[in-house]
Amino acid sequence: MLEHLLEPLQFGFMQRGLVAAVLVAAVCGILGSFVVLKGLAFIGDALAHASFGGVALAFVLGANIYLGAFVFALATAFGIGAVSRRGRVSFDTAIGVLFSGTFALGILIISRVDRYTTDLFAYLFGDVLSITEEDLWTIAALGLVVLALVAAFYRQLLFAAFDPTVAAASGIPARFLEYLLLALLGVTIVTAIQAVGIIMVVALLVTPSATAYLFASRFHHMILASVAVGSFSALLGIYLSYYLDLASGAAIILVATALFFVTLALTGHMRKLSGISRE
Amino acid sequence: MDRAIGIRDLDVAYDRRLAVEDVTFSVPRGAMVGIVGPNGGGKSTLLKAVLGLVPKLHGTVEILGRPVNRKARRLVGYVPQREDVDWNFPVSAFDVVMMGRIPSVKLFWQPTARDKELAREALRTVGMEKFADIPIGEFSGGQQQRIFLARALAQQAEVLLLDEPVSGVDAPSQHEIFDLLRSLKEAGKTVIVTTHDLSCVAERFDLALLLNKRVVAFGRPEEVFTSELLNETYQSHLMILKLGDRTIAIEDTNHDA
Repeated sequence: MLEHLLEPLQFGFMQRGLVAAVLVAAVCGILGSFVVLKGLAFIGDALAHASFGGVALAFVLGANIYLGAFVFALATAFGIGAVSRRGRVSFDTAIGVLFSGTFALGILIISRVDRYTTDLFAYLFGDVLSITEEDLWTIAALGLVVLALVAAFYRQLLFAAFDPTVAAASGIPARFLEYLLLALLGVTIVTAIQAVGIIMVVALLVTPSATAYLFASRFHHMILASVAVGSFSALLGIYLSYYLDLASGAAIILVATALFFVTLALTGHMRKLSGISRE
Repeated sequence: MDRAIGIRDLDVAYDRRLAVEDVTFSVPRGAMVGIVGPNGGGKSTLLKAVLGLVPKLHGTVEILGRPVNRKARRLVGYVPQREDVDWNFPVSAFDVVMMGRIPSVKLFWQPTARDKELAREALRTVGMEKFADIPIGEFSGGQQQRIFLARALAQQAEVLLLDEPVSGVDAPSQHEIFDLLRSLKEAGKTVIVTTHDLSCVAERFDLALLLNKRVVAFGRPEEVFTSELLNETYQSHLMILKLGDRTIAIEDTNHDA
């Protein structure tokens, strides 16, 4: 057993991949708890797709990929807010319009520069084992920024998430916190796109937190549990991908998905036994 | 006299319609005021305008003699309608009450012993101290209202605004909530409540505001609860029955609409 666990660790790419995946899962677990409770899954997915335009543009221009992704994600987040406030278009529709547009821009760019195509596809579907040391430092730094900001505004964010009307009424800067949460979501997504890929980022944001939501009765328990579920999924997923030669991003997500359904069945069973429904 | 709330010439639009029009009244400190009127008559919008949650088209609002800024807002505790809250959120009763401490603290704040004591005291005041660790979703409607009231108390609010605190709450709990509000008023708080329960306002409140977009009447319940004024407020939606020396008001609209 132990040698199976240790064997992959002799490779630098496996070490980096494992560390990166756990870091990403931890950050996603924290932000994901807000995403699940505030119903932000669709916008999370949208920001991830929108970041692809930035990834492709940065790649072609030789700029920093993470910076490109972040700028596009953030501009899309604020663009969605601006479009839905200005016109008759609903928030949902504004998300649909903007993210598909920026994603298409990314596809358009890579269709013109085919020599990069294979590299760029790693961002679409994730390739945690190709993460370099430099990537790892970037992910760690961005993760720390998210952690520090969530710690600084934790109570305010919790209040605004639970009861936005009363939070605003009592003098909490609700609008600012809304934008802060979107910006943090953007940063989190950017850290995660190389590990699991743009298409699957939302799963890492939502699935471990949704699993935690099934049994946690306090918000900080939900955060800790979703960090634990996410990190465990990341570790197990990478080992599975090593031994069974699977795509790493997909393996991580499927482990998380399986954990969700097992938990759903267990908690549903327990709720039936105790006769208590939370609905 | 010291004024808790002063409103002058207030116009508020909601969904591009004028919801509150030309409203002027002021509430003395320590009063208990019931705002009554038909659905769509602007009761909730008026409370939201006091809190600065909906933009005013025209007019002024003062809280304890100050304009509605962040400092003034801390002195106002707001209990929203039940539908506005996600009751499956993973927080305990104590967590919710502790949120009342947040407006007056800094970043990276951890609750101090005093914050915890204020939260516990607020839970005691509303009679929920035994249930501090229970998730908010597991309480009845009346208990949830009391916990939200405790949050406003933990905030050390001087003025309490409650938006239909007894809608969807069973009758015994309704009385408990009104008794609780009465005792808070006795303790010096100003209490302003929107409600459909006219008889309760008549029995326990100092002042009643009859609102149908405009102020129809404002005064002591026994003075303003007349057939003429109530008919003017509710238009065709209210029937007034006189049985001997008792007056019974029956509303023919759906309360939850």
